[in-house]
Amino acid sequence: MTAAGLPETLRGIVEDFQSVPDPEKLELLLEFSEELPALPERYAGHEDEMEQVTECQSPLFLAVELHDPRSGQPQAPDAGPASPDSIVRLFVSAPPEAPTSRGFASVLAQGLDGLPAGTVLAVPADLSSRLGLQKALTPLRLRGMSAMLGRIKRNISDRLGSGQTAG
Amino acid sequence: MTTTADTAGIDKSSGYAHPDKLVSTQWVADHLQDENVVVLESNEDTLLYSTGHIPGARKIDWHTELNDPVARDFIGPEEFARVAGSKGITRDTTVVFYGDKSNWWAAYALWVFTLYGHPDTRLMNGGRDKWIAEGRETTKDVPQVAPVEYPVTERDDTTERASREDVLDHFGKPLIDVRSPLEYTGEVTHMDGYPQEGTLRGGHIPTAASVPWAKAANEDGTFKSREELERIYKEDAGLGESDDVVAYCRIGERSSHTWFVLRHLLGYEKVRNYDGSWTEWGNSVRLPIAIGADRGELPR
Repeated sequence: MTAAGLPETLRGIVEDFQSVPDPEKLELLLEFSEELPALPERYAGHEDEMEQVTECQSPLFLAVELHDPRSGQPQAPDAGPASPDSIVRLFVSAPPEAPTSRGFASVLAQGLDGLPAGTVLAVPADLSSRLGLQKALTPLRLRGMSAMLGRIKRNISDRLGSGQTAG
Repeated sequence: MTTTADTAGIDKSSGYAHPDKLVSTQWVADHLQDENVVVLESNEDTLLYSTGHIPGARKIDWHTELNDPVARDFIGPEEFARVAGSKGITRDTTVVFYGDKSNWWAAYALWVFTLYGHPDTRLMNGGRDKWIAEGRETTKDVPQVAPVEYPVTERDDTTERASREDVLDHFGKPLIDVRSPLEYTGEVTHMDGYPQEGTLRGGHIPTAASVPWAKAANEDGTFKSREELERIYKEDAGLGESDDVVAYCRIGERSSHTWFVLRHLLGYEKVRNYDGSWTEWGNSVRLPIAIGADRGELPR
């Protein structure tokens, strides 16, 4: 399990996790949980309009937007197939009493937000195991993170239309 | 402080069978300085302790500290002695457990300490949420604990713990299934929101009564009164005056909560927690299973 083949920011995050012993990995995840950005106004208080990640052990909601790479404007979901060059914007809400879920959400937000859609789709599905948290966390937790990534990718591939599938 | 831990925090008038096993948040606040009292926080979310905890409380991680890293079992006697000693716990220490989710994991940790025969274990009524809801002090400071000597003690796997074979031998006596109604009937093979801890088959152990664990808890996470608990378990679930009860859930943590209720609040003499629970039973070949809301026939 290496950081190879990951987009640059995500690679940096994975390398940070891999470079420290287990107890410090949890501290690092806690730091990430504290850095999860607050929802922008259009989502705050509207979690019911976001997608719930039911695989997580606590209420966690996400929204994925695709923005036009030239204009920077959001593309309406019904505006037809989006380009793989579209910019992904990621918004996640998780309660403070669920720091592990928040930590994972924050890793994904920092590692994927602002990347082209095609790049996000190419992120390997085993990302959660590359962080090296298998001993410190239960398998259930790690699968929660995989589910988050899976849902993000499925959201994007649905919008790109045929020929683009989540890996 | 020289206050001893003998005076429990829960009023004797509660009528609970073993009132000294349950302490109030106020009792914990009053005894934080006691040398003989160690408070352990046991959560489902392992990072929660680091976001703030009761001052002086130590963290215990059920996954990395109480479970064997390889076999599906608890840690052995030497490792248990090391873990307990590393928290500053001697055999004479009063250990008070509390945690998230209405004390699910706190009850689980308390139950594991019970298997090792630790003499004085208690649960803080209402758990972490109640402490915080009452606006009591929390801190991110992790106490420096000097390890102490804890004797290597054999684990007793027969008195408070049941194996799959024990359950097969138990047929004809009361079984309590504490999972959600849909898990009991077999419509789903996992708890709502926990789809990955699934099983190949859904349903319940034949003859088991369905009493979801949360029936024992009030909205604030504290336990219901003795009177209410008697109605739920003794009458509705039909435990009566049984002298031998087995409780199970999905992996044994929710049923630790029910084990605590039956054993210490209602005072049933013999209550065993089947920690293999549905993730063992529902995946095992040739074991009897009942589906639907009926308890099902006694297997021959």
